Amino acid sequence: MSALLQVEGLSVQFPTLRGDVAALEDLSFEMREGETVALVGESGSGKSTAALALSRLIPESTGCIISGRVVFEGRNLLGLPLHELREVRGRRIGMIFQDPMMALNPVFTIGWQLAEPLRKHFGLSNRAARDRAVELLGHVAIAAPEQRIDQYPHNLSGGMRQRVMIAMALACRPSLLIADEPTTALDVTVQAQVLSLIKTLKDELGTAVLLITHDLGVVWEIAQRVIVMYAGRKVEEGTAAHVFDDPQHPYARELLRAAAFASGEGGRLPEIPGSVPSPFEIPSGCCFAPRCTSAREICYAALPPLKSTKHGHEAACVLVGAASP
Amino acid sequence: MTEPILIARDLRKSFNVGGGWFGASDQLHALSSVSFELFPGETLAIVGESGCGKSTLARCLSGLMELTSGSFLVAGRDGRTFIRDDALQFHRAVQIVFQDPYASLNPRRTVSQSIADALRLHRICARGERRARVTDLLLQVGLSGDYLERFPHELSGGQRQRVCIARALAVAPEILVCDEPVSALDVSIQAQIINLLKDLQQRRGIAYVFISHNLALVQQICDRIAVMYLGEIVEMGVAAVMQQTFRHPYSRALFAATPMIGSRKVDQIRNPLAGDVPSPLHPPSGCHFRTRCPFAEARCRDQKPELREVAGRLVRCHFAEEISSNRQSRPRGSLPD
Repeated sequence: MSALLQVEGLSVQFPTLRGDVAALEDLSFEMREGETVALVGESGSGKSTAALALSRLIPESTGCIISGRVVFEGRNLLGLPLHELREVRGRRIGMIFQDPMMALNPVFTIGWQLAEPLRKHFGLSNRAARDRAVELLGHVAIAAPEQRIDQYPHNLSGGMRQRVMIAMALACRPSLLIADEPTTALDVTVQAQVLSLIKTLKDELGTAVLLITHDLGVVWEIAQRVIVMYAGRKVEEGTAAHVFDDPQHPYARELLRAAAFASGEGGRLPEIPGSVPSPFEIPSGCCFAPRCTSAREICYAALPPLKSTKHGHEAACVLVGAASP
Repeated sequence: MTEPILIARDLRKSFNVGGGWFGASDQLHALSSVSFELFPGETLAIVGESGCGKSTLARCLSGLMELTSGSFLVAGRDGRTFIRDDALQFHRAVQIVFQDPYASLNPRRTVSQSIADALRLHRICARGERRARVTDLLLQVGLSGDYLERFPHELSGGQRQRVCIARALAVAPEILVCDEPVSALDVSIQAQIINLLKDLQQRRGIAYVFISHNLALVQQICDRIAVMYLGEIVEMGVAAVMQQTFRHPYSRALFAATPMIGSRKVDQIRNPLAGDVPSPLHPPSGCHFRTRCPFAEARCRDQKPELREVAGRLVRCHFAEEISSNRQSRPRGSLPD
């Protein structure tokens, strides 16, 4: 099966007063149709930058440099003229963001906002778009959609707003849904509802989902494949089952141990010493080396390339191949 | 047995909301009848979702907000008169650490100034000794002397939270209220801060009231857990006893919804909670949880359940005895409106 999305060597640099900052470096991955891939990492790992760069939502006017290729359904999005890109955004690629209150327009009813992509992309009449919007609201399990549709975002709870966002993103039945921290702002019981909703809709519509998150628990819930990011680079990629079972990169391993909150010796939680390097002071060699317990001299010398490891994984660590033959 | 360092009895806090010049305002009950005890060197976790009153509780306990009614004893003295008569002394006993360390540090003061302020206000040591004390406090939270002259914006989130903890420790409190101290931090940093809090507790015997929404985390690090829903404690007990066998339907649902790597997934939960937390302005009659409860019956609407002892913990549910690990919903009865 051909890939739905191919990202090759995607790099993003932001200009700042202290020089250009590389937020994302040389990210490559593929997504097949209907697949759920999680981009996971801590703050500063470049995961949200990647999500925005994919659909060119990073304002290029401010001098950001984006290089690489993003081939989606056979077309390189980075080279498309804007009017063609608009045909792709919203129609073929849906997006949901962390804070639904910021992503929804407070002065329009949710019905109007929900119907907008239908009118724009499918040329539906106001009446028909509204009927479809009611249907969509019912689809994302909002009770009494006929009444809700004339309400404004501030009338809804956080969980309901995120449902509206999902309905809007999926209104045109896109083949790819980019979900940037979709449940981070929600309570856990509501998070569970939203995650199972995304899962159900994805199966129903066959949409591929690119999930951006810092929460490994959420990754565990819905991802099929996992890409672990650190300081702007991909450090590990593999199927969810294998990454959770047998992570190869030391960072992925430590992160998983930390996220499980299982107490180790003496009731202490396993921790990763130090903190993520500042983007202004990216160390030479492996970015994780200063925090890595098994770092050797070679780790500080050169950037470790991504290597294929067992189970068809990729990991960017010099020790990976050496440790397991 | 040692005396509790903090005894809270029937704490209530309500806010007046809405209402213009002449309009009648509504009462929002953020806390209703919350009672508990805290022993020296112990960690009591307060868990719940947004709007359950856990942060209001943190603020009331640390003297930042006045209670509507109820009383709490801090080291044998009535908290409310304690604050009124001798606020400084009260704050030496009870300190608080907030969720967002950036918002709780003055951006225009250096780390050493922020911490020294606490020492100066409380007249803890002579001016000449202050710098040495600050250095010592920073060391205790794992920061070297290099950080003395830094400003908050030069620190990472984890380092800022360490500074906040150092500042709280400056007055050697007996009780530290931690309001979501790690929620704003990255996973790899969360464990560092939790371990730091644990070490400090062992060294200095501080009691923590640990406010959190993460039941998975809390189960690992706390001695006792209180689960709150709409301003009330619905279940409270020793963490080791409650482990995975919660008796209140809400605690069970909260635990089930918390993603846990390696355990069952959300769409495999047999009875996920539907809907949102009801508005605290107009909580449901009877049991506050009945509108979302898979076990609810007519009795839950008519009669408010009391907090009572079941299976070694306190539970606020009519059917706590019947709810065991192998029962997911009641076979009979329909959901009341």
